[in-house]
Amino acid sequence: MVSASVNRAVQTVYTMWLREMIRFSRSKSRIIGALATPLFFLVILGAGFSSSFQVRGGGAFDKSYLAPGLIGMSVLFASLMGGVSIIWDREFGFLKEILIAPVSRFFVALGKAIGGVTTAMIQGILIMIIAWLIGVHYVSIWGVLAAIVIMFISGIGFMGLGIALASKIDSHEGFQMVMSFLTMPLVLLSGAFFPISNLPVWLKALVYANPLTYGVEALRFCLLGSSTIPILLSVFVLLIFAIAMTALGGKLFGKMRV
Amino acid sequence: MLYAIETQEITKHFDEITAVNKVSISVKPGELFGLLGPNGAGKTTLIHMLSTMTEPSSGSAKVWGYDVALEPGSVRQNIGVVFQDTTLDDRLTGRENLDLHGRLYGLDGKTRKKRIEEVLSLVELADRADVIVKTYSGGMMRRLEIARGLMHHPHVLFLDEPTLGLDPQTRLHIWEYIKKLNKEEGVSIVLTTHYMEEADHLCNRIAIIDNGEIVALDTPEALKNSLGGDVITLELEKPDDISRLCEIYQKNGCANIVSKKMNEVFITVKNGERQIPHILSLASTAGISIQSVSLRKPTLDDVFIHHTGRAIRDKEVSEIETVGYKIRSRRK
Repeated sequence: MVSASVNRAVQTVYTMWLREMIRFSRSKSRIIGALATPLFFLVILGAGFSSSFQVRGGGAFDKSYLAPGLIGMSVLFASLMGGVSIIWDREFGFLKEILIAPVSRFFVALGKAIGGVTTAMIQGILIMIIAWLIGVHYVSIWGVLAAIVIMFISGIGFMGLGIALASKIDSHEGFQMVMSFLTMPLVLLSGAFFPISNLPVWLKALVYANPLTYGVEALRFCLLGSSTIPILLSVFVLLIFAIAMTALGGKLFGKMRV
Repeated sequence: MLYAIETQEITKHFDEITAVNKVSISVKPGELFGLLGPNGAGKTTLIHMLSTMTEPSSGSAKVWGYDVALEPGSVRQNIGVVFQDTTLDDRLTGRENLDLHGRLYGLDGKTRKKRIEEVLSLVELADRADVIVKTYSGGMMRRLEIARGLMHHPHVLFLDEPTLGLDPQTRLHIWEYIKKLNKEEGVSIVLTTHYMEEADHLCNRIAIIDNGEIVALDTPEALKNSLGGDVITLELEKPDDISRLCEIYQKNGCANIVSKKMNEVFITVKNGERQIPHILSLASTAGISIQSVSLRKPTLDDVFIHHTGRAIRDKEVSEIETVGYKIRSRRK
């Protein structure tokens, strides 16, 4: 009996994951679009910044500095988008098919989350590879593997946030608003584009309150070997964020009515 | 187990509106049961409660022996639902939609494969199974949804307005599939519709529902026979004469008044062909001039008019207005 319900839970998670993967593999233009934005930033901002600025203390402020931030940004976009795509499922009706099935809502949400995070990680890894191909230097292969784990943890957190928002938002007009009012501040206040060691107090408070900051800082530590925020603190904050958002997303999705 | 579905005074309130009011019905296993009524009558709400999508405010319902409020999981495992609006994933192929459904209902790989072929051939979609659903026509999508609803061998299948928005030819096809699967799969079917021909053509028994209440429930034949014969429609020159004319007929006991509308009177009589001269002479004796007379067999629409005082279509217009009003007032 217990093994049967475990089996069912695994099957549910896998089914939802499989669906995300099939949909992802069919949306090639979306993937290209998702890769293009960070690459423009990387190449153009990287070249532009490195010709005029230097990080205080001597380090070069170039595409290597920007790469972790842009990986973090694309993980944020992809996972938040994955969570909020529940709004699409509702609008196009498929959500009813899931909610009427004799399966636990929690595992449905979990499967969807893992599916969305998988796509986010694929995008993050692709950017990591492309950045390496155009000359960004990573400290070690272990750092690269650790960075993938960081992508997973931060992806889960933003995915949970996305699902929680989707459960509360009624329409895709509301979704547009969330996307512009949430993603841009998160990205700009994350230290993806500037060093966070010498900020004015008001800005520092905002930056340190932003979960993406810890994701970007952790990625920077793993890939480049140094960061402003200690790696253990970053990982700790990311784990807390991921657990809290999973709980919140699972709870709100469980209450969701079609 | 005696009944596939059994409800006892099941009721649903939304704020101050009572969508379903103390409905008690029982559906036998293998039966094709229809819920006929205008839009907004409460059909969909009733189906939502029976399929565990909405909790009843009061009363109870059992589906295939399981209580919808206490054992929703068991109910879900035993029912298939085809909702009014499509619930397919249009980025997936037909086969992938069926496969995901089979997985969610716990079918193993071998069973899924076999069952997918079965349901596809039942709705004759085998040749389009590997095409993305986005390219399907409305009728094909409806067929795929019916096939999907059957994937896990449900005992009860709910079809909410299965032919809404389809052209007449496609509608006839869907009717054939519904009859076929009722017979071949032995599945009990509850369908809602506001097309009386659909209910008449398909259902073993029909519950006529209006304002959340069942106003009549029987076989289509019995419902029509309950009106007591053929329907004669009389169109009068002056609307003012209507009540006088009705009085005369009632006094004579020759006809059963079904309803009045503007300058028209609907009455039912046995052996209508033979009664027309008598009915006309009564009118002319009283000095009431009649513009036209028609005679026909009763339809379910007449039954609906008899019980509610208006046609299903009359109701629809005002329903659309009230829905619009509700939406507007909710936005405030």
